[in-house]
Amino acid sequence: MTTTTLKQPSKFLQILKTIWNGIKRVPAVYYIFFGIFIVLGLLSPTYQSANGIMAFLRRTSPLAILAIGEMIVLSTGGYDLSIGSIVTLVVLGSSLLLNNDPTMMPTAIWTMLALGLLIGLVNGFVVSYLKIPSFIATLGMMLLVKGGALYWVGGAPRGYLTENWRDFGRGYFENIPLIERFPYALAILLVLALVTYFIYHRSNFGKQILAIGDNVRASQLSGVRVRLVRMIAFVISSLFAVIGGIMIGGFGGVNVTIGEGLEMQTIAACVVGGVLLGGGKGSVMNVIFGAFTMEAIFNLLNLLGLPKPYKDAVQGLIIIAAVAYVALSTRKKK
Amino acid sequence: MTEEQKQKDEKTANLVQPLLEVQGISKRFPGVVALDNVSLKFMPGEIHAVVGENGAGKSTLMKILAGAYIPDSGNILLKGEKVSFSHPQQAQDEGITIIYQEFNLLPDRTVAQNIFLGREPSKLGIIDIRKLNKNAAELLKEIGVEKMIAPTAMVSSLSVAEQQLVEIAKAISFNAKVLIMDEPTAALTYTEVKLLLDLVQKLKEKGMSVIFISHRLVEVFDFAEKITVLKDGQLVGTVCVKDVKPADVVYMMVGRTLDHYFPPLGKPEDFGDVVLKVTNASNKFLKDISFELRKGEVLGIAGLQGSGRTEMAQAVFGVVPFTSGSLELRGKTMIIKNPATAIKNRIGFVTEDRKSEGILPKQPIRDNMLLTVRSIQSVFGPIFKNGIRKAKKLVPELGKQVDVRTDSYDREVQYLSGGNQQKVVLAKWLASDADIFIFDEPTRGIDVEAKASIHDMIRDLTKKGIAVLMISSELPEIIGMSDRVLVMWDGHIEGELPAKSSEPEIMLMATGGKHIKETQDVLAAGKE
Repeated sequence: MTTTTLKQPSKFLQILKTIWNGIKRVPAVYYIFFGIFIVLGLLSPTYQSANGIMAFLRRTSPLAILAIGEMIVLSTGGYDLSIGSIVTLVVLGSSLLLNNDPTMMPTAIWTMLALGLLIGLVNGFVVSYLKIPSFIATLGMMLLVKGGALYWVGGAPRGYLTENWRDFGRGYFENIPLIERFPYALAILLVLALVTYFIYHRSNFGKQILAIGDNVRASQLSGVRVRLVRMIAFVISSLFAVIGGIMIGGFGGVNVTIGEGLEMQTIAACVVGGVLLGGGKGSVMNVIFGAFTMEAIFNLLNLLGLPKPYKDAVQGLIIIAAVAYVALSTRKKK
Repeated sequence: MTEEQKQKDEKTANLVQPLLEVQGISKRFPGVVALDNVSLKFMPGEIHAVVGENGAGKSTLMKILAGAYIPDSGNILLKGEKVSFSHPQQAQDEGITIIYQEFNLLPDRTVAQNIFLGREPSKLGIIDIRKLNKNAAELLKEIGVEKMIAPTAMVSSLSVAEQQLVEIAKAISFNAKVLIMDEPTAALTYTEVKLLLDLVQKLKEKGMSVIFISHRLVEVFDFAEKITVLKDGQLVGTVCVKDVKPADVVYMMVGRTLDHYFPPLGKPEDFGDVVLKVTNASNKFLKDISFELRKGEVLGIAGLQGSGRTEMAQAVFGVVPFTSGSLELRGKTMIIKNPATAIKNRIGFVTEDRKSEGILPKQPIRDNMLLTVRSIQSVFGPIFKNGIRKAKKLVPELGKQVDVRTDSYDREVQYLSGGNQQKVVLAKWLASDADIFIFDEPTRGIDVEAKASIHDMIRDLTKKGIAVLMISSELPEIIGMSDRVLVMWDGHIEGELPAKSSEPEIMLMATGGKHIKETQDVLAAGKE
């Protein structure tokens, strides 16, 4: 552009340009989410009320928590496919442990967290020390955990989840001004999001996660303890899956397929939230909105009356489309 | 040799048509002229060595002959007829076969299967294994190695030398007229080299042309009849082995004017105590390494590719540690078992391959600079330690120190120029407070201006009392920067030279030319 063309209409154009640049800087996930949510609102009055929105957020929070955990592993350049099975394990196992006795709740929580820790450590060990690709290692773990959980409860769900347990997932803080009710699940998500935000975006550990996802060799030569960092990433992911599982038990019934497909849903949420498969990039905020987007899409499909198989197909399309979008846009930049 | 014989030789040379000829070949890569108007003739029944420094254009020339690269201009003549290859297969069909340094053999198949890969004799669509093995056996007998290698042996069970023989057998099975070998002796023992030499003689008698690239002058003089010297992509000349001495070839390989200014070398009073002392250290790549590094000096490490330079740097830095011998750091004997230990002991390593070993391309400049600081702290340590607050001050300080040209430290490193990326890598080590710096090819692939500023920076480091170990393939850089030069050859330190040594002196050591007795005399004579 020459200086003369800049002169006259420049003021207005420049303002437009600044606005356009600002718009471009906001990650695509926010536009997609709010776009879909507005459509939802137009189609169904439920999504127009504060109550309905809160119910939506309540439903989505466990997925968002799982997605944050998955993001940590994805950022190191790995995958964690075992989280869906961990959810199944938590729901089945805790209902057995609780067996309608509310006082058992702390024991059940600690047991589940301990199991999560163990699974994460094993995942991390197999990936970092035995050098098995994480996709395969955690795929094996997915089957192992699911089978183990079924074996533990004797093949079919047993026992009941107590009310106090279910409240984590479905309870509300009541009588809040303006919005009436505020779900516990969302509060848990916010706390975990805040903690993860500081670990991931602000701590040395978080930066090392991104470093090994970006370039393992360079990280190693700069002194990063790659194996240790990877182990911790898997542990975080497993623990978050346990927490998500506790919440999911709150509204789903106790059944053996409850965690099925969650690993793919979370990976899709991460990809939509701008996480690079292969590692090196991610954002807690964007991933949370990625999870919201996934849930909003599923709700939209429901409202349109499409059966469940569509949900799976759409999920597959989303993953492919989002990864292709990233690949194309980075190629353009270069 | 009498005058008469010589004339006779020349006569026959003129009579016979060259088997392979290149005329005015040029090849450019982004930013470099790899070959510039090179013309060469290869006679039938001739063993022809192509020598030159790293980056002289040898490999490019070979790849053009083998059809792996297409030249930008110039002609290739095969038996006087113009040919052009757009694919290695075409060159192979015409009888030009190349054996790369990295063999193209499938380790888990037999010798026979490898030789006839994709061309197996078959009966009714089923591979005729008996015939396959018979053909292979005949071929192995033809080159006289039937006693060493069985057609049914697994390639993975063979030694490197035997694998090379299999490659040669494979080449002959293609009816090769021209055999190109890239560094054929690099991984061979002395007796294996002799074996190869005998075989090459046999091939020669059959009228084949054998072209080989080598870094080792000793063997070039044992093997070849003619030597072609390339330098910076240009043809220096082709000479007959019998007419020249190794020193002459060395002079042809080097010797150019310094094309840029280097900061002044250190003065004796700048050099302090010994900070790093390695004594008789070895590992699987290195033999008996001993040297001392002083505060405030630049110790240049010269040597050709594969001489063990990088391996030595990696050993000191704990990537592939020494397995025997001793290493003293600031007077204390210690074992550096991994990079983290090295960094904690204030050693910095600016690696050769910036892209794969130096930078985090998708991370901002800021996080690249702070990586070492972060990694040597406890993973479980306080979250804010050296996080945001200190980084706010540290990053711009480092940026200024190394003069990174950028509008923001949040820019991803992948979008910076090569020179700027290298400065970011430097900053990373300054941040970790290193006082022993290892540079492996510090200025490879960056432009002249950035080169000069990195040279200045290295010299500035030494002024602060930092000790520098600088590996470089570029002799001008070695000579321009080093206060002392260690020359490596074949996994050990061949010798030490003082500052301002000449290129031929270094190159002679680096090619193992010292081992040729007469060369020493010639060089000594030349000095006087």
